[in-house]
Amino acid sequence: MLIQFTNKGIYCKQAGIYIDPWKPVDRAVITHAHSDHARLGSKEYLAHTQSENILKYRLGNISLQTLDYYQPIHINGVKISLYPAGHIIGSAQVRLEYKGEIWVVSGDYKVKTDNYTVPFEPVKCQHFITESTFGLPVYNFPEAEVVNKSLNNWVHQNAEEGFNSVIIGYALGKAQRILEALETDLPILLHTTIYNTNEALGFDNSPYIKFTQDFKRELLNPGIVLATGTVLGSPWMKRFEPYKLAVCSGWMQLRGARRRSNADIGIVMSDHADWQGLNEAVTATGAENIYVTHGYKTNFSKWLREEKKLNAQEVETLFEGDGIENESKETNPKETPS
Amino acid sequence: MKAFTSLYSQLDQTTKTNAKINIMADYFLHTYETDSIWAIALLTGRRPKRPIRTADLKLWATELAQIPFWLFEESYSVTGDLAETISLLIPTSNNSTVIPLNKVMTEILEIVNKTEEKKKEWLFSYWNVLSKDELFVFNKLITGSFRVGASQQLVYKALSKAYKLDDKLIAHKLMGSWLPQSSGLKELLFNTDKSFDDSKPYPFYLAYQLDVPFTELGDVNEWQIERKYDGIRGQIVVRNKQIFIWSRGEDLMTEKFPEFNLLKNILPDATVIDGEILPFKDNKIMSFAEMQKRIGRKNLNSKILKDAPLCMMCYDLLELNGEDQRSITMQERRKKLEELLEEFPSAILKLSPLQTCDVWENLDTLRVLSKSQGCEGLMLKHKESIYETGRRRGKWWKWKVDPFTVDAVLIYAQSGHGRRANLFTDYTFAIRDGETLMPFAKAYSGLTDKELIEVDAWIKRNTIEKFGPVRSVKAELVFEIAFEGINASPRHKSGIAVRFPRILRWRKDKKKDEINTKDDLLQLLNAV
Ligand SMILES: [Zn+2]
Ligand SMILES: [Zn+2]
Repeated sequence: MLIQFTNKGIYCKQAGIYIDPWKPVDRAVITHAHSDHARLGSKEYLAHTQSENILKYRLGNISLQTLDYYQPIHINGVKISLYPAGHIIGSAQVRLEYKGEIWVVSGDYKVKTDNYTVPFEPVKCQHFITESTFGLPVYNFPEAEVVNKSLNNWVHQNAEEGFNSVIIGYALGKAQRILEALETDLPILLHTTIYNTNEALGFDNSPYIKFTQDFKRELLNPGIVLATGTVLGSPWMKRFEPYKLAVCSGWMQLRGARRRSNADIGIVMSDHADWQGLNEAVTATGAENIYVTHGYKTNFSKWLREEKKLNAQEVETLFEGDGIENESKETNPKETPS
Repeated sequence: MKAFTSLYSQLDQTTKTNAKINIMADYFLHTYETDSIWAIALLTGRRPKRPIRTADLKLWATELAQIPFWLFEESYSVTGDLAETISLLIPTSNNSTVIPLNKVMTEILEIVNKTEEKKKEWLFSYWNVLSKDELFVFNKLITGSFRVGASQQLVYKALSKAYKLDDKLIAHKLMGSWLPQSSGLKELLFNTDKSFDDSKPYPFYLAYQLDVPFTELGDVNEWQIERKYDGIRGQIVVRNKQIFIWSRGEDLMTEKFPEFNLLKNILPDATVIDGEILPFKDNKIMSFAEMQKRIGRKNLNSKILKDAPLCMMCYDLLELNGEDQRSITMQERRKKLEELLEEFPSAILKLSPLQTCDVWENLDTLRVLSKSQGCEGLMLKHKESIYETGRRRGKWWKWKVDPFTVDAVLIYAQSGHGRRANLFTDYTFAIRDGETLMPFAKAYSGLTDKELIEVDAWIKRNTIEKFGPVRSVKAELVFEIAFEGINASPRHKSGIAVRFPRILRWRKDKKKDEINTKDDLLQLLNAV
């Protein structure tokens, strides 16, 4: 077998590389820059070109080699290439080929397009490693157009009623999608982490206001605040009163999660594949062997075995998936608002 | 169904009472009366019986969703809500068929007695055409779990706004046993013929749990203090030589209490008394369990009547000689009630004794003492208070000994202090939140020494992990936890903070999967 699952992570012995290792290793291939996939301490990193700045912003001055999609490199006979995963900017599936054996490590991915990230592309293989964050049939997400429309309607209704709209989303990936989705002339204020993440991504910050301690509330009156989950329940929010709160996450699909979030509205906007997406992706690879990682892996692998007659198994990983609860791990602790 | 669904989701999205009133008033103004009457019934808790068995619902939903049954169950356990699970799992179209609410509701009533096949056919005829949001509300209706975050009073206020009627009048008119399928909205709300229903009770005035310091209540002498009874709150209505007994849940319970029947010949015509119906024997209040036994029976034989005879502990007078007494003060009503019971005595009508208390500081002793008298705390009623409609703050308070209780499972233990330093006596309890356990309260006191030793030994045998002085234990032991207050708290992981939690008793009869859920607590929170 070309790939092994070790206590440091997904390992290719022939090439001497780990993919998204959770412990320091010599050579790490990183699917994308989320903190549960890109961790500090390895000697050398390989990632997609568009991940370069954000990885350096998050991990500091690491030794990093970058690749474009489809541009192969060869290490000790193993052909390694990256394919779009559609998850966030720079996210990649890693394809490994050695003596006719082909593996694809998908990292995190989504099949639906968000009109911002390079769309997911299925890659034929024999062995497919898939996430399963939303691996239950209750998670079938609405189309981006529908979601964006409800977000915009909500924002404008708030403005009409004199409320600020505070929108919560991941700094990396979600925040940029939200900014792309907003169709408004209202002033938009960015939480520091998001502003800095944008800068690292080369995302144009010029239309937005950067939050500073001496921020004047008249700047909004009313307007939009985009922040990460770390501010939920903190006094940081007070200065934007009166406001309404939206949380953007796939978890918002369920009423219980919406209620727990204490948000006024839950926007079902996810960077992960929904149930249908997972199934489409698995089928499209044509792979016989499926390895299911973080999420509802027990259910999804059982489904693949019993209903799709695939050789599917669960794999222990330390990827945490995205969730409002995990948000604090995702942001840079130096920049938590005070 | 569309308008009603939109009403439901709008109510769901706001916590502001004024907004809720406006949303409902707007609905009433723009909806056919044939639908409004059903909306009123549903909003005020008049839910139809569930017409289809849960097992069938699950099976049929699985069929439409084209998934194996185990996956349905897994989805259900994550969602925690059957109606929601089904609406997320079965495919929906963007069909825009308009189905009036009254059609849906009438059919729900009719389908109950049909064959399984007919039920399935009927169900699919809805599941196949409703939109996702409609589907959720529809499923709530057929699973009998339809609830809205709006109190009856808010509904009355909204109707008052929509129809330009006094909300207290509306409350009164909507009391009792009207059926939406056979009532017209006009007839129900605008009928001025007084004689048309002799049975009509008055809306009950309900108290909140005391949550303000005594200093805010002023002089203790301005308050009438009574015990809070653990029975069935009820109204005795005597009009035109007939008697009607209403429970707080607006159920007509006359049949259940035959011993009250003789009152129609004792009490003067057009009298309405508010009080607590209690099992009472040998000059003592019996436990509520006796009452439950009686209520559960279809036929009341003489043995039951003898074993658990009832009385009413009277505490208010709402109508005397046909006149509404609700706008005179508590003090005056009490005086008239005393005179009435003196003039027309009966063994089954007792006067709720007043408690004397000169300083606020002594009140807690009285409260605790009430427990030994078969009561559950105290009632504080301002002597100048009129008889209001529904649950209100300010003039009436209840001060229960154990205001809130939930069943929770022990998950962490820590050793105590002083004399109990060698025993694990400080516990953390969890409730269920979907598939996970959510810690919600720490409690120390409440168990007997014997129980403490037993629990301690169990903890030592069932420790999973040690973190310093704290041990996590196998989630198995269930306890009933009482607390004084409940608040939303973003700082707590559960989102809820409870005040003064304590252990009421060890529920050896309960298993871990019978504990309360986070949703239960949220409901308590919304009810406060
Ligand atoms: Zn990710
Ligand atoms: Zn991940």
